[in-house]
Amino acid sequence: MFDFLDSGQYDLLGAFWVTAKLALYSALGSLVWGTALVAMRVSPVPLMRAFGTAYVNIVRNTPLTVVIVACSFGLDQTLGITLGGGRSEDIGFRLAILGLVAYTGTFVCEALRSGINTVPPGQAEAARALGLGFTQVLTLVVLPQAFRAVVAPLANVLIALTKNTTVAAAISAAEAAFLMKEMIENEADALFAVFAVFAFGFIVLTLPTGLLLGWAAKRLAVKR
Amino acid sequence: MKLRSVSAAAAAAAVLALTATACGGGSDSGSNGDKINIGIKFDQPGLGLKTPDGTYAGFDVDVAKYVAKELGYSEDKINWKQAPSAERENLIKNGDVKFVVASYSISDKRKKEVDFAGPYFLTHQDLLVRADDKSITKVEDLNSKKLCSVTGSTSAQNVKEKLAPKADLQQLGGYSECLTGLENKRVDALTTDASILAGYASQKEHQGKFKLVGLKMSDENYGIGLKKGDDELRGKINKALEKMVSDGTWEKLVKQHFGPSGYQYEPAPAIAK
Repeated sequence: MFDFLDSGQYDLLGAFWVTAKLALYSALGSLVWGTALVAMRVSPVPLMRAFGTAYVNIVRNTPLTVVIVACSFGLDQTLGITLGGGRSEDIGFRLAILGLVAYTGTFVCEALRSGINTVPPGQAEAARALGLGFTQVLTLVVLPQAFRAVVAPLANVLIALTKNTTVAAAISAAEAAFLMKEMIENEADALFAVFAVFAFGFIVLTLPTGLLLGWAAKRLAVKR
Repeated sequence: MKLRSVSAAAAAAAVLALTATACGGGSDSGSNGDKINIGIKFDQPGLGLKTPDGTYAGFDVDVAKYVAKELGYSEDKINWKQAPSAERENLIKNGDVKFVVASYSISDKRKKEVDFAGPYFLTHQDLLVRADDKSITKVEDLNSKKLCSVTGSTSAQNVKEKLAPKADLQQLGGYSECLTGLENKRVDALTTDASILAGYASQKEHQGKFKLVGLKMSDENYGIGLKKGDDELRGKINKALEKMVSDGTWEKLVKQHFGPSGYQYEPAPAIAK
């Protein structure tokens, strides 16, 4: 039943490696973008607050497939923006990261905002009284504690992101779901085995992530 | 790469998956009362397309109607079911549909799961290019070109492995998405079965914009998929197909659905007994 794995025709580990890379780069990107967004959402400048709120609410409520396909359709095929990628797989990979960062950033932002709410307001007030500016209050006092409070929710976001990478198959990024489509096309007699292999692959990727970050969340949380 | 250890580990996961699928059965007839369920594509112009007003149009649809009529079901007795490529075998095996007419190429792997009547149409993998593009005339030209096809499709794999390994192949979710790139000159050619390409090129909004190159890069025999071992139904469908060819309906339908694209179609293939 699983003989298709031994045929040497499919590079299963290679495909999951691309999935892992997609997830990793997108995770780093969305962490940065999400932090920037949350800074906007709590900033004293009304225009930035308005932008942050509008962006989060619009992008968070748009289906990921639409975001990713829009990257390929709008940016690559219509405007010719390739982010410096040469071949199609390359362009698809880069655009997929862009789309995933734009989308996942909103969830990171909202997780962090809830983390900021765990920091007692007195701390920010005390920091202000000492003469720290907004950036200093945020980066030195509030965000470090906020991050430690939201490790567990961020782990959720990371797991969701790992699974969301499958959408990138729609725009030519050669990750796991992409290989799965090839297998489904060729292995009509072993469809459920194909699904089982890929479900198993994703569990291998996400289960340790959840366990590790769950352990880290307990260690890092600020005891109040 | 040796993946023996991977496959061993996967076997464990399969136990889970298989117990989950065991409860997926259901009715086994494919026809409820006096109605008949037929699987077609809903998204392929020229072959099987659900139109905005809820009717169905295309060559596969008309073939299915003809066969159903020969089996004793008039048009209003047909229940159309969507049969996406990945689900065709299961729809047939679970009895959700009586038969599937959905650009279903006959292959040995598929024959292990279902039986095929027909073939009723022979087509080849071909290229669709912009009407004014004369730079592609043979397969070797492809290595320096940007191609587009649907993710994981047989046509895409053919290009990657056999026809033009050096070509830059973009793989998107659907053929219509490739057309945008082709129109905007982001890709040079769209590749898949000529019948599907002809369907797109024949659409009103695309007429005159694209043309088929006419390369015969593979043989695809479209068959009508049905439940394994149902020789009675298979015989009846084959008879209906033979009649369709001999009374001229086949020719008429092919002209009607693929004509506007200038597609040089093959004569009706002989029915495999």
